[in-house]
Amino acid sequence: MKKNWAAYPYIFWIVIFTVVPLILLFYFGLTIKDSKGVVITLANFKRFGEPVYIKVLIRSLILAAESTFLCLLLGYPAAMILADRKLNFKSTMILLMVLPMWMNFLVRTYAWLTLLEKKGIINMLLGYIGLPPLNLLYNDFAVIMGMVYNFLPFMVLPIYSVLSKMDHRLIEAAEDLGANPLYTFRKVIFPLSLPGVTSGITMVFMPSVTTFVISRLLGGGQYTLIGNLIEEQFLTTGDWNFGSAISIIMMLIILVSMGFASQYETHQEGGGLW
Amino acid sequence: MSKKLIHLVLVVAILACALFITGCGKPKKEINVYNWGDYIDESVLKNFEKKFHIKVNYDTFTTNEDMYVKLKVGGGHYDVAIPSDYMIKRMIDEGMLDKLDFHNIPNYKYIGTNYRNLGYDPKNEYSIPYMWGTVGILYNKKMVNGKPDSWRILWDKKYAKQILMLDSQRDSVGIALKMLGYSLNSKNPAELEAAKKALIEQKPLVLAYVVDEVKDKMIAGEAALALVWSGDAFYCIRENKDLDYVIPKEGSNYWFDAMVIPKVSPHKKEAEMFINYMCQTDVAYKNADYIGYASPHTEAVKRLPAGITHNRSAYPLPQDLTKSEIFVNLGTTIKLMDKIWTEIKSE
Repeated sequence: MKKNWAAYPYIFWIVIFTVVPLILLFYFGLTIKDSKGVVITLANFKRFGEPVYIKVLIRSLILAAESTFLCLLLGYPAAMILADRKLNFKSTMILLMVLPMWMNFLVRTYAWLTLLEKKGIINMLLGYIGLPPLNLLYNDFAVIMGMVYNFLPFMVLPIYSVLSKMDHRLIEAAEDLGANPLYTFRKVIFPLSLPGVTSGITMVFMPSVTTFVISRLLGGGQYTLIGNLIEEQFLTTGDWNFGSAISIIMMLIILVSMGFASQYETHQEGGGLW
Repeated sequence: MSKKLIHLVLVVAILACALFITGCGKPKKEINVYNWGDYIDESVLKNFEKKFHIKVNYDTFTTNEDMYVKLKVGGGHYDVAIPSDYMIKRMIDEGMLDKLDFHNIPNYKYIGTNYRNLGYDPKNEYSIPYMWGTVGILYNKKMVNGKPDSWRILWDKKYAKQILMLDSQRDSVGIALKMLGYSLNSKNPAELEAAKKALIEQKPLVLAYVVDEVKDKMIAGEAALALVWSGDAFYCIRENKDLDYVIPKEGSNYWFDAMVIPKVSPHKKEAEMFINYMCQTDVAYKNADYIGYASPHTEAVKRLPAGITHNRSAYPLPQDLTKSEIFVNLGTTIKLMDKIWTEIKSE
């Protein structure tokens, strides 16, 4: 019984900062203000079905999926290298991986602006070796690059944590039984690392699909993603009802994708970040 | 650990949370000022604090719409805000502004008579002009052939990916309307639809939609043409001599940003002191000199270099503005405007 006392501040915290905002979100999302006052309605959700918003949703999902896939492609080998037992300076390497996260992510995204600009550092270097300047900023490439750069550690770390905890005897057994390295990877290492992979995917997909800063800065305001749409409803248009409805839809999408991911995590001990 | 100690810790923790939420309510003289980003010489604020012993909490916004939403639904308790004409009208119409007591603002006498009693505040009861200016094209002489004279150049495929537009709905939609020969203040859905089409057609040519970043980009030569507010243009020209500013022949928007006191202000007296201070000649001069917009302050203008005040792009004469218009509040058409802008940006 004594133990319960310690939970009160946390309950208090959750009520104020999670439960109350959620209630407000549903209140705004499910109502609309008209001349007669506040009316309960599903109009906000219906409005989201208009083609212009569906287009935004699809674009967000595609961009997020692309950047998640790239993170996996880059992150898995990185996690394997980090988890390698023979690796020297392992803790230094992990530190280097995490180090950029100590800086504010907004600042790092701004830094990319100066790198990618027409007269930016990358184009300057290209100029030195006699190549024509490239249009690097304000396109799909820049937005996806920004997402991959910012969210890559979220992919590497869970996979690394699964790989490094993996029972090495299983791999040795596979090798003793004549499996070549590729086969060992396909049949032993990768299946065992799936929990890390799924949690990595969710950890990257969620912030990618909801980001609004990266698409604003690196997309030059031309990439309205779902996050920008929500931001706009709250800051520019002032339509909190519609903004709340979009947020609820977004939460549902994330919930579904998390549910999907958790199916793979049932019988594993490590790797999951929650 | 003893039970008492745990209880004590909990009580302290909860109190700390409560304090954090309510804020430490010490009665201290302060005012909250809400202005456009990069729109003041900040030393002016420090001097005000020193002179009157009133702390200035200074916040900035990017567009009129952002400011409006923050005040209307966002619980922003500002004492002085500096919105533009059409937004002031909207706020007056919605009862969001307090009337000013001009006895407390004697420096109002310096404001030129041309800048008083304007459409957005016909009896000049709610607002005191801070700056005025136009919307036009800032272009890089090395990258653009000849002097542009029409909005059409922003639709010229020759300059694909070298054009910067304003991420501000009234301005970008407004110039599209002007290009098509309509009024900036059109409420006609067919005309607005045509403007939307034009902007969607233009989108592949646009490098980015920006607001404050436009200055860095144009100074660095990242783009050839940009839709800008006049003050930003002159700031850029000062930094990069290859740039020039033009008000296209179809006419444009000329606007006024003015200081107002929102109804929610808890420090009306201090707010009036601040507005009066901002109309002091030396302060108005400092601001006009720093930010580069045209000042409505007669004495401050006299102190500025003639090179600026006689430049008809910076201080246009009435005959230069015959085709230009001031924005008016669109009323219920705002919803349509919002929708059009979302569609353009999501395309």
